[in-house]
Amino acid sequence: MGSLTVTLCGIPLDNPVIPASGTFGYGYEYAELYDINCLGTFSFKGTTKDPRFGNPTPRIAECTAGMINAVGLQNPGVEKVIGEELPKLKQCFHKPVMANVSGFSVEDYAYTCEKLDKEEQVGWLEVNVSCPNVHGGGMSFGTCPESAAEVTAAVKKVTKKPVLVKLSPNVTDIVSIAKACEDAGADGISLINTMLGMRIDLRTRKPIIANKMGGFSGPAIFPVALRMVYQVANAVKIPVVGMGGVSSAEDVIEMMLAGATAVEVGAANLVNPYVCRDIIRDLPEVMKKYRIENLSDIIGGAK
Amino acid sequence: MKQSLFEIIENIPLTKDVHQMKLSGDTSAITAPGQFVNIRLDGLFLRRPISVCDWDDGALTIVYKVVGKGTEAMRRMKAGTLDILTGLGNGYDMTLSGSKPVLLGGGVGVPPLYGLARRLRAEGKDVSVILGFNTASEIFYAEAFQALGCAVTVATADGSYGVKGFATTPLTGMDYTYFYTCGPEPMLKAVYQATNTSGQMSFEARMGCGFGACMGCSCKTLTGCKRICKDGPVMKKEEILWEA
Repeated sequence: MGSLTVTLCGIPLDNPVIPASGTFGYGYEYAELYDINCLGTFSFKGTTKDPRFGNPTPRIAECTAGMINAVGLQNPGVEKVIGEELPKLKQCFHKPVMANVSGFSVEDYAYTCEKLDKEEQVGWLEVNVSCPNVHGGGMSFGTCPESAAEVTAAVKKVTKKPVLVKLSPNVTDIVSIAKACEDAGADGISLINTMLGMRIDLRTRKPIIANKMGGFSGPAIFPVALRMVYQVANAVKIPVVGMGGVSSAEDVIEMMLAGATAVEVGAANLVNPYVCRDIIRDLPEVMKKYRIENLSDIIGGAK
Repeated sequence: MKQSLFEIIENIPLTKDVHQMKLSGDTSAITAPGQFVNIRLDGLFLRRPISVCDWDDGALTIVYKVVGKGTEAMRRMKAGTLDILTGLGNGYDMTLSGSKPVLLGGGVGVPPLYGLARRLRAEGKDVSVILGFNTASEIFYAEAFQALGCAVTVATADGSYGVKGFATTPLTGMDYTYFYTCGPEPMLKAVYQATNTSGQMSFEARMGCGFGACMGCSCKTLTGCKRICKDGPVMKKEEILWEA
């Protein structure tokens, strides 16, 4: 049997499969269903300096082959995440975890990252400069190269852990933003966050989501995500974590051929809570079918 | 929570829009009346959360109203298997009922009260049931509750059957120890106002996952943020915070 292992920013992963932030909580809902230690790692729920309730409901709308969410970074705040969630997480997950961080100012990001830097269980910091669902923060940092670079540099100053910057697809030139992050010291890039979308209820003639717009995810966005991963991976020297609509072992391999070192799985978890376990189970057979010996050999293999 | 395949053994109309589906499969994850299942349907991305009407070893009944693409697809099914997540949500806490609980159901909120009524009756409780519907042609399950030995009152908004009014109308002057309710939110608010005891209410929400992972259906309560799918759908009267 071939090898599924990859190395992400110096930390080895048993396999490249990573549940994406916001679809996996802090792990324990899924730990009730299967041993989540089979995962490469997972990216925990986006964490901010202060607790947040998030947006009003409805926060969810369905689309063809996908969904829109406008949760708005609901989380208990970094103090409680460290004090309550991480100790619980430690009971069910024994590998380094990816800490997803959001903020509303450069100082916010640095504050939260500095706190999480001291946590032994955190392997990587995934800095989300791309949340489409909060006003006056999140995505606004990820839509211009200068502010994305500023956040990256500020976070790099307060941590020795590898920093992945998570980018928004809702931009005209994602490559320039990725490069700006790389120049500012990012250790990796993860992309894509959700695409800004909307649905309207024909009966009420109002947007279905209370926040009007939300982040579109699911299999429908896979080709867009793949294209952006390909563009960014060919433009930077740091590793890229690919995500967007991934829901099968074949999708994982396609993302890796486009240049992803590891692959995150998001919306698919919400429909099939076992999907990451199933992908990991299916990978060896799919690799055999396409004559892949070691997964790490195919990263960026599509030219 | 458990994911498993269920076989459709019956799918029949109860009224023009309300249908009853019986399914056989592993029901071991269902622990309380008022819990729900989440059903995967071909061609639709999100699962459809539907309350459990009743269950026993190896079979469960759901009663659903056709309101959109998902329930329309369900209505058309004659046979086959469905991928279902079972044992979702907290369900009703029966230990608080006292000797004479009243159950108030509005429209498609009636079904989960059936499984609750059956279990309360099995414990020897004196169960009163008030069922509220818009009009006579929309009534379902009134005889089924009667067959359990419940005292059933039906209210219709247009007065075409039973008491003219809402599910709360017959409550005036009634003697009860506790209440359980499920129905549209305006009805839940009316029940909250009209009842003079403690009780439990089941809420509906647009959900993403249905098992507590996505934070799609969060709400504020007097005891903090809760997820309707995981910490609910049943809330105690004392913790409810109505948002303006």
